Amino acid sequence: MDAIIDAKPLNRPQMAARVAADIPEGWVVNLGIGIPTLVADHVPEDREVIFHSENGVIGVGAAPADDARDPWLINAGKQHITLRAGGAYMHHADSFALIRGGHLDLCVLGAFEVAVNGDIANWSTGANEKAPAVGGAMDLAAGARRLWAVMEHTTKDGRARLVQRCSYPLTALGAVKRIYTNLAVIDVAPHGFVVREMIAGMTLDALQARSDAKLHLPA
Amino acid sequence: MIDKFVRSTAEALAGVRSGATILIGGFGQVGTPNALIEALSEADLRDLTVVCNNAGTGTHGLARVMAEGRVAKIICSYPRSAGSVVLEELYREGRIALEIVPQGTIAERLRAASAGLAAFYTPTGVGTALAEGKETREFDGRTYVLEHALKGDVALIEAWCADRWGNLTYRRAGRNFNPVMAMAADLTIAQTQTVVELGALDPEAIVTPGVFVDRVVHIPYGEPDLGKPLY
Repeated sequence: MDAIIDAKPLNRPQMAARVAADIPEGWVVNLGIGIPTLVADHVPEDREVIFHSENGVIGVGAAPADDARDPWLINAGKQHITLRAGGAYMHHADSFALIRGGHLDLCVLGAFEVAVNGDIANWSTGANEKAPAVGGAMDLAAGARRLWAVMEHTTKDGRARLVQRCSYPLTALGAVKRIYTNLAVIDVAPHGFVVREMIAGMTLDALQARSDAKLHLPA
Repeated sequence: MIDKFVRSTAEALAGVRSGATILIGGFGQVGTPNALIEALSEADLRDLTVVCNNAGTGTHGLARVMAEGRVAKIICSYPRSAGSVVLEELYREGRIALEIVPQGTIAERLRAASAGLAAFYTPTGVGTALAEGKETREFDGRTYVLEHALKGDVALIEAWCADRWGNLTYRRAGRNFNPVMAMAADLTIAQTQTVVELGALDPEAIVTPGVFVDRVVHIPYGEPDLGKPLY
């Protein structure tokens, strides 16, 4: 790692807000568990984005107040949600037909690692002591028209998450199109990672030092 | 007169045998046929294969059925969550077989069974540990993995409203796996919160036509319990 640089990494809500800024009106979007779920809070109310939850809710609205929870209305993360005007319910087979059939403009998932070829690992650390659990991650990663990953740029102990090749079990091959980290926005292009944006004070050298694969600047 | 109502959960499960494959609807605490799941314990069944998105939490419901050693195998997408202690223990000790399947692949395997299809090719899971050993095939330059239909001997589901023909509606996110499981089993048993006369349900609003339902038991338990963790 390089010398200390004068850059303040984004916190989780700021990362979510950065993702939200790139979602245009009219898109159908599925948000994964964790930071991705926060993205909906940062889309302005007058921008109509249709949020899907894979347990069969299309048109997820703002989070309910604590005293106004509907016990019959949860999202895939089992959190209480609301349904906005225009929303609808669907059963699981139709909900995943929506995902797999290319009807999602975007899915935003958290990740452990993203490789330079767009491979994503986000469901298992490969440790054997616990029962594995995949949920809908593989369906979303394989099915959405665009997959964006949002994650800290490095692990807590400083290991790169933007890697040449994933070390954790894969969720999908070549699926990720863009990565939002607490330090930068990076596209996954045919020739590798392309840095679109960095936080104030960050340099390409410092970002490269925190990445396992080669970073390019836009042509 | 066709009347699919039975008076008790015991009557609803009559004829269900040990060794059966049982589809169980629900996602989280919502749309889960809790009374029918509890009745599995009382029916003294063994060697069950259970298909359910989650693998039970705490010590009641599906967790109780598993803790009693009645489940030989569970097919699910997300067994690991806060409170899934029974499954974790059985899995660690090698006392239960676990087949992890992507959630959409479970749904589509059920749908294929309901529609008389033997198998299908899906892009989900290609190149991952969950596709290891499975046949793959390329269509239009993309690789797909072959997945087989998943049929139940029995489906246990929860509806919101039913009539005596077994026509069903659901409530909000309580729909989830229930309609597709209702169609994918030889014997489909529904517990329902509310009941109406034949003809009272709007035909446009019926989600599961009664032809897919064999027995209905009226269990007006109220709302999913907010006090319990929703995992």
